[in-house]
Amino acid sequence: MNGWTEKLIRVNLCDGKISVEKLNMDDAKLYIGGRGLGSKYLYDEIDPEIDPLSPKNKLIFMTGPMTGTYASCAGRFNVVAKAPLTGTIGAANSGGHFGPELKFAGYDGIIFEGKSDAPVYLHINDDTIELKKADHLWGKTVMETTDILLQENEEDARVACIGPAGEKQVLFATVMNDKDRAAGRSGIGAVMGSKNLKAVIVKGTKGVGVSNKPDFMKATLDSREKILVNPVAGKGGGLATYGTQVLVNILNETHALPTNNWQTSRFEDADKISGEYLKEHYLIRNKACFACPIGCGRVIKIPDGKYKGIVAGPEYEAGWSFGASSGVNDMNAIDKANHVCNMLGMDPITMGATIACAMELYEKGIITKDDLGGKELVFGDAEGIIEWAERTGYRDGFGDIMALGSYRMAEKFGHPEYSMSVKKQEMPAYDGRAIQGMALEYATSNRGGCHVRGYLTSPEVLGIPIKTDPLETEGKAALLKLFQDLTAMIDSSDICLFTTFALGLPEIAAMLRSTIGVDMTDEEVLMAGERIWNLERLFNLEAGFTRNDDTLPPRLLLEPLTSGPAKGRVADLDVMLDEYYKLRGWDEYGIPTDEKVNELSISVKAVAEADF
Amino acid sequence: MDIEVRLFASFRDNRWKSKHLIINKGTTIRKIIEQIYINEKDLGIVLINGRHSNIDSVLENNDILALFPPVGGG
Repeated sequence: MNGWTEKLIRVNLCDGKISVEKLNMDDAKLYIGGRGLGSKYLYDEIDPEIDPLSPKNKLIFMTGPMTGTYASCAGRFNVVAKAPLTGTIGAANSGGHFGPELKFAGYDGIIFEGKSDAPVYLHINDDTIELKKADHLWGKTVMETTDILLQENEEDARVACIGPAGEKQVLFATVMNDKDRAAGRSGIGAVMGSKNLKAVIVKGTKGVGVSNKPDFMKATLDSREKILVNPVAGKGGGLATYGTQVLVNILNETHALPTNNWQTSRFEDADKISGEYLKEHYLIRNKACFACPIGCGRVIKIPDGKYKGIVAGPEYEAGWSFGASSGVNDMNAIDKANHVCNMLGMDPITMGATIACAMELYEKGIITKDDLGGKELVFGDAEGIIEWAERTGYRDGFGDIMALGSYRMAEKFGHPEYSMSVKKQEMPAYDGRAIQGMALEYATSNRGGCHVRGYLTSPEVLGIPIKTDPLETEGKAALLKLFQDLTAMIDSSDICLFTTFALGLPEIAAMLRSTIGVDMTDEEVLMAGERIWNLERLFNLEAGFTRNDDTLPPRLLLEPLTSGPAKGRVADLDVMLDEYYKLRGWDEYGIPTDEKVNELSISVKAVAEADF
Repeated sequence: MDIEVRLFASFRDNRWKSKHLIINKGTTIRKIIEQIYINEKDLGIVLINGRHSNIDSVLENNDILALFPPVGGG
């Protein structure tokens, strides 16, 4: 046993054929699992130029070798496909308990191919794997679908599913699991919807073995101890006490909290949408994913209205998108809008940012009451964020246009420049003019505007592991490359990124080595991350992306910030981008050189275009 | 001189969110945190007018001092 189960389920949704095959172990050793190995399968098996919502796309659920082990925060898995929102490679990562359960059933992953004629779901109970009819689930919310499936099957099984937004192919639909955990970004849920696949339910009774038990236990217990005493991630630390929304006040005080669709970077009412406020007024208890000693998840109460009840609280970026980004200072409304996204299966970052973009289009007279069905939509509209989230999930009225995301919406009205997106995916919650490293991160992320592909906010603002100057551009390219490669490796292993508040490469590499039994140095472990990053880049280049796409919205490049330490600054992207390409071993057009591809042992693509 | 001190996260426990303090010329952040019983080792992020600062930085009139324990998210 070596972390991997070495088995993969392949489901052809066209003819219903299900097979179990051996995991490609040569690739597993190079790309580890999760995001990396899922991306390798996708790269090898689809043409990157296909329409992401066509049956030619594949939907790959992939765990990592550490998923389901005793390692801290080993509850992650990835869902990989060509992403409908961006057209890039898409790998969306989620926690909860679904990933470990798939391993307990004896599988590293599932590849879905083609498209089913009618709604179906996949039921896995150890060695029994069946496609079942899902007509009765179509149209149901994530919570309803999960409850029905658990009632009809094993009550202690784990469910991943789409909501109405995924069925209706909202371009930023999520795959939800355990009700409120999300493989959230880039529209992976729309791919699932396009295949008429409503859900996967899994029950497993087997364990996950590791290669070297004594070394693994030592590495894991050492790491756990470091997490537990860490002031951020540990017992009584900032993450457990306040959740991720603790960042609201920090970003606001540094004037880096994008407000009113990034028109300013400070929100006067930030404290009312902060982690501190959430804790004081709404928090019931914390919630942890599988094997997690941190417990950053928030269980909150919605005190009134049709969503009254106990639900999952928003993460920082969701709270920001419906809050400062939309000019809304009403935490109750933000909590409800976030819950709507969880119920209907939508990415709250893109949802809130798309509403904020529509608010600016309305403010500037580019869209009118007529477009909005007779309604106003102004910054600060607390009812508006809830209503438009609901209507987008069901593609009702103008919600049908919002379902395309902010870029396509703004483009429809002739003003794509008001979409605060990169590669058509909305940037979250950190202004790149005030945090120059984040500007480069957004521009170069392989899945468009995203904060978790090399989180330079950590050194630039939080001072972890070292403090850097967020207004300085020098040295950011090298720092970002390191963060991107490390993140790719962690997302592939597949443990939670929040471990990195307490752990570094040596600790994580020690856990990975003893899990998989492959004798890799720390540098070789990091190189696996670099290999994954370059493979994703090759996919995007083959999909038609160029250097011109590694850019930012004009607002960040041309409109100086109006307050704070970065007052007068724009994002100085060009100088950082040239240096970044050089450090990556890419040519001036952002194409990995043959030398780099060979150094990383990335095999030439074996074209195997599916014929459906 | 008049400065505003803003506290966040656990620093608010048994203290306050924000307060104006009258200080003497040459007062450092170290002096302020001693006054409000915050240990240096508990200090995470220190901002003067939004800019990251050192604990021995000297405060000027009308400065806004923001203090956070170590926190993270994302």
